[in-house]
Amino acid sequence: MSLETPGVTAVAAAPRRAEERVSRGLWSDAFSRLLRNRPALVGLICITAFIGVAILAPVIAPYGPYEQRTGGRLEAPSAAHLFGTDLLGRDMFSRVLYGAQISLQVGVIAVLMALVMGGLIGALAGGLGGWVDSVLMRVTDVLLAIPGILLAIGIIAWLDRGMLQLMLAIAVTYVPIFARLLRGSILALRESDYVIAAGAVGASRLRLLVRHMLPNALTPLIVQATLILATAIIDIAGLGFLGLGPPDPRTPEWGTMLVDARRFLQTAPHIVFFVGGAIVVSAIGFNLLGDGLRESLDPRLKR
Amino acid sequence: MTMAPAPAPGDEGGASMPAATPGAVSPASRAGVDGRPLLRVEGLKVHFPIKEGIILERHIGDVRAVDGVTFELRKGETFGLVGESGCGKSTTGRAIVRIYRPTAGRIDFDGVDIASLEGAALRQMRRRVQMIFQDPYASLDPRMTAGSIIAEPLEIHGIGTRRERQDRIRELLPLVGLDAAYGVRYPHEFSGGQRQRIGVARALALDPDLIVADEPISALDVSIQAQILNLLQRLQGRLGLTYLFIAHDLAVVRHISDRIAVMYLGQIVEVASSRDLNTRPLHPYSVALLSAVPIPDPAVEMRRQRIILRGDVPSPAAPPSGCRFHTRCWLRERLGNPERCSAEEPVLRELESGHAVACHFAEDVAGSVEQALVTGRRVPPTAIPAGGDATGGEVFVPGDATSEVPPGTPVLPEAAPGAE
Repeated sequence: MSLETPGVTAVAAAPRRAEERVSRGLWSDAFSRLLRNRPALVGLICITAFIGVAILAPVIAPYGPYEQRTGGRLEAPSAAHLFGTDLLGRDMFSRVLYGAQISLQVGVIAVLMALVMGGLIGALAGGLGGWVDSVLMRVTDVLLAIPGILLAIGIIAWLDRGMLQLMLAIAVTYVPIFARLLRGSILALRESDYVIAAGAVGASRLRLLVRHMLPNALTPLIVQATLILATAIIDIAGLGFLGLGPPDPRTPEWGTMLVDARRFLQTAPHIVFFVGGAIVVSAIGFNLLGDGLRESLDPRLKR
Repeated sequence: MTMAPAPAPGDEGGASMPAATPGAVSPASRAGVDGRPLLRVEGLKVHFPIKEGIILERHIGDVRAVDGVTFELRKGETFGLVGESGCGKSTTGRAIVRIYRPTAGRIDFDGVDIASLEGAALRQMRRRVQMIFQDPYASLDPRMTAGSIIAEPLEIHGIGTRRERQDRIRELLPLVGLDAAYGVRYPHEFSGGQRQRIGVARALALDPDLIVADEPISALDVSIQAQILNLLQRLQGRLGLTYLFIAHDLAVVRHISDRIAVMYLGQIVEVASSRDLNTRPLHPYSVALLSAVPIPDPAVEMRRQRIILRGDVPSPAAPPSGCRFHTRCWLRERLGNPERCSAEEPVLRELESGHAVACHFAEDVAGSVEQALVTGRRVPPTAIPAGGDATGGEVFVPGDATSEVPPGTPVLPEAAPGAE
């Protein structure tokens, strides 16, 4: 609009219109795009169900996870026991629900730990550069050279079994991924016009990092974290399967439950089926959601 | 506008046009009287090191992006800086706002050499020199609202309370032709032209004396370009701004500039008033640049000839010896490739009052057929080089090689007689 010719009516109307219309931020914009993406919506539903089940397990579960009944062992699914029972007569449905709790808890905490540690390393390396960058990146390269599950096994072997150790072991394997991702984003953003513009005005390095680079580097991190949650859940089950899960063998952890059920694969396959199904659904859910987030948050798909 | 905040300092209610209000954030001292240079750049060099090696980096050379540039900006004028891409014009601008640290030379701004300033003194200077960027899509943080982008310079320099900064946003938005209520919107909700207006508002926030406009319109639609140019001119008149206007489009630069410097490969080859440069360009490169600007008159266009420069710009990491333009110069061919061009570096010398040129043979450009043709002046038919008829001409044959050549015609610079 031209400044010289402010049509009286236009001037009167324009501000009101602008006020009414609540500005849509990038996040709400991205969310509406996410809902229009069918696979992502499926993922979102899976994950909502997964999280809901995990939180509400004590309410939904008909039996306690440790509750044993000597009568009904390895029972097939029925109305009383939706997923059947295991060797000790425990209700599999309840145990799968409580298992979701453990997977979610361990998975989320492990990924958050990895995100924080990796993010710190990446931000330092990208923000400071020079020899700090070289040293930090060579260390992450070393971590990245070791296969993830081997590294996790090594860490648990070193620190002994335990819930915290489990989380830490999984976190460490994903630190290099986050570190490299954030470092790369920051290196790219450092040369971007708006960061240069803020620098030319006199913004400090810290301000550039916190106000401009980190917020703009956040979306790939969120996408990556969602995708890694899927692998983390599989890792948790994998470590449990290898006997490196929670120290208490009775804990309803999906991997541990799989090991127990393995021996009855022929006689009672339903146990493996339902536990495996739970792992698959949650992993696929996070994968679909992560891919959907990548698409809806990618600024290149905008405009 | 009707939405103007109640007591914006210096603003009379804001009925029609919010007055330019340097008020709240005005630096105490303004550059002195008109005519006195606000900015004096002297022997500015910006070199970027080329390094090799994975762990132990060896310095193996320099890209001499800017290599000894000298010019002056008077207060209140618009100084154009033109040249093709890679000639160092943007680097010069970025050195002046101290995005890059100059390798050598002085940048005297209002009497202070800012080339070597650091820390608090540099921050103080940054308040008075602002920049407008080329790409309105890349230069605004997509995660910040227009308002917070405009207010950021104030925030960085700790000027005003939150409330005063809000007032300033509502004052700056109408000043650049945007609705005062748009401050809550995000950059992706604006068009390219509107975004560039936000960029202008950000540059104005600190009420600077000098604005370096780095190709501010070349990323915009042609229909929007004029709007932004007019906005810049209007703001200059109202706020007493001095512009360093960088562009590759001579037509734009001569429209807005009082004086123009032409850059080639990191150096200034010609400085003149906008009028002089257009009517009597004195450097062979300027003549070639001008020949690319269309003249809106078919009759003139008919008899005009374009000078197509052969080859690419040489690498600024290894610039040619002597005159940097000698590898592509049409005049040098005409004169039979004199030794001096490749041996001796020409200095910028004032040939006429206020018209300086860095060419050993600038006197030969003055009054040449090329100069006349390019500027659209009428020349006697006998003087026009026989276009395309490379075999027949006797008098102006060398000119053929440099005048417009039909595609596919081999260009033979050696064919120039008149040597020795």
